[in-house]
Amino acid sequence: MIFGIILLALIVLSVMILVSIYNNLVSLRNRVKNSWSQIDVQLKRRHDLIPNLVEIVKGYAKHENDTFVKVTEARAKAMSAGNGSVKEIGAAESELSGSLAKMLLTVESYPELKANQNFLALQEELSSTENRIAFSRQAYNDDTMMYNNKTEMFPSNIVAGMLNFVKADFFVIEDKAEKVAPKISFN
Amino acid sequence: MWELIEQNRRKSKIVFFAMFIVLEALSISIGLSVYYPDGGYWGALAGFALWIIQSMVAYYFGDAIVLHVSQATKVTKESYPVLFNVVEEMKIASSQSYMPEVYVINDEAMNAFATGIRPEKSAICVTVGLLESLNRDELQGVVAHEMSHIINRDVLFMTFAGVMLGSINMIAKGFLYSTMSGNSSRRSRLGSKSAGGAPIFMIISLILAVIAPLLAQIFYFSISRKREYLADATAVRLTRYPEGLASALEKISGTASNLVMYNRITAPMFIINPISLNDESSLFSNSTHPPTHKRIAILRQLQNGGKVSFRDYQKVYTKENGSYKFLPDSALADKGEVPVREAMVATVLGPVTAKPNIRNMTDMIMAASGFLFLPCTCGLKIKVPPTIGKQQVQCPRCGKFLTVPSVTSGINHTGEKTKPVEGVDSSYKRANPDSWESCLCTCGHSIQLSPIFRGRQVVCKKCHAKIQIDYP
Repeated sequence: MIFGIILLALIVLSVMILVSIYNNLVSLRNRVKNSWSQIDVQLKRRHDLIPNLVEIVKGYAKHENDTFVKVTEARAKAMSAGNGSVKEIGAAESELSGSLAKMLLTVESYPELKANQNFLALQEELSSTENRIAFSRQAYNDDTMMYNNKTEMFPSNIVAGMLNFVKADFFVIEDKAEKVAPKISFN
Repeated sequence: MWELIEQNRRKSKIVFFAMFIVLEALSISIGLSVYYPDGGYWGALAGFALWIIQSMVAYYFGDAIVLHVSQATKVTKESYPVLFNVVEEMKIASSQSYMPEVYVINDEAMNAFATGIRPEKSAICVTVGLLESLNRDELQGVVAHEMSHIINRDVLFMTFAGVMLGSINMIAKGFLYSTMSGNSSRRSRLGSKSAGGAPIFMIISLILAVIAPLLAQIFYFSISRKREYLADATAVRLTRYPEGLASALEKISGTASNLVMYNRITAPMFIINPISLNDESSLFSNSTHPPTHKRIAILRQLQNGGKVSFRDYQKVYTKENGSYKFLPDSALADKGEVPVREAMVATVLGPVTAKPNIRNMTDMIMAASGFLFLPCTCGLKIKVPPTIGKQQVQCPRCGKFLTVPSVTSGINHTGEKTKPVEGVDSSYKRANPDSWESCLCTCGHSIQLSPIFRGRQVVCKKCHAKIQIDYP
């Protein structure tokens, strides 16, 4: 009689534990999905800021044409890669970061441009967007790490294996700007 | 990180009920010492009512009260874009869904605090002095620290702990005061039905009334200090740059005591307690915060070590303070490596010509009389008189034509103090009130100010923004 009660209690306890592990995994996976969409939001924000920036810089630096062309192209590529895999998006966005960095380097030789209030406000927004992309990527990687930990560590890996919780990929944007040397031209 | 939240929620509930029990014990005992046995019920009821009322006031109105006492004004993204962006960056880094409100205190002393029982209704507040003196990395460190308090539900926890402390203090002091004025002895003689019933409770009450506040105080300060270290650990995990917070703390500890609008209750909520800056963390000191130099030392060691996970923070903390494990095991189990990042290259939001490199006396005089220093691409610094009237100048060395930027400032040249007063969108300081000056509105439209104009405010014709005019 008592044995039966103890057995029942153990079963109920294990079910409760399993349920809580499952809920934990679900909530972590949802966090990963959520922080991934955050990255998307910030990347789109950058896409939206770029045309304005290019217009203002063009107003002052009329003959830096191929820099603008590269930026606009890279932007178009990044926007179309938006539906692809994590790796594809990472590659396209790295290229965009690189061409943007080159364009901002050319700004250094135009002091009137650097004094323009609208340009400075836009530059602050752009720099903040770069930070946000970095932080949203960081948050995504943090959440991914927590989720992957749970799917790999005992005892939650049992539940994860049984109920099809797969590991998530980490998101990497390489700083291509460092690998590109700026072109120096003498007027 | 959410394990810390769970732990805080659990601890808050425990504190909540522990407080209830202590409060009831104290009030029942006092009630019984006054009028046995019915006094016990009255005491229990009174204690309960006090507890409920104080908790509700703290929960629903605590934020508004603190913000009001500190004379903080709410600001928008337009007036303080950098601050807003920094807060939003931290919101993203911590995977939060809700953006806190941003407040600014118009005080030159550097300090900051956060309120918010729950993240949906939270606020971060910084002083003007902080915004002017910190660079972006440092500001980010401070904002991250404050957000960590909100995320870890420290505000929730410390509010209830504070209410508990307050209630116990109130009842104990009230009881001791009434015993000392001699009223209760009369009542107890009248009320006691059985000899020796009331006096025992009187003694118990006296002991409790003295001990409970003391214990509660010690308890409150020790958990407050632990919470500060925890917020530091969470903050650097968010920013990945401990040096930012470290140098910010260094700068703040110099001036935090000059803060004007605070009192004994709001003081512990700031990032550095403005009351006791130099207190060592002893049992009986008035210090709710750990000593600043310890916090800075830990942060700098983390920076040198190159890793900022919770496990690394615990390691360095143990080295500094002895083995007091204050982070929960679940946070320490984090398997991954968390590396430090590079320092940020800050954008300066303000006219680049504001701080010219003044090399000699002539330059100084020219700068003072409103000359513009225009750097040409050939390297020559062209000094343009303010009365030039032309839109273009030719560089005397290389012959290149440069446009003269209109004497701009939608933003005051000393930095980000764009909105010192509510109701004004930006401010402009006249360099030469006796000549024509043009001031650029943030929408791009330029406004001409005549030599005889002495008004304090102009309204932009295009976007109707209000611009405050200051005179030297």
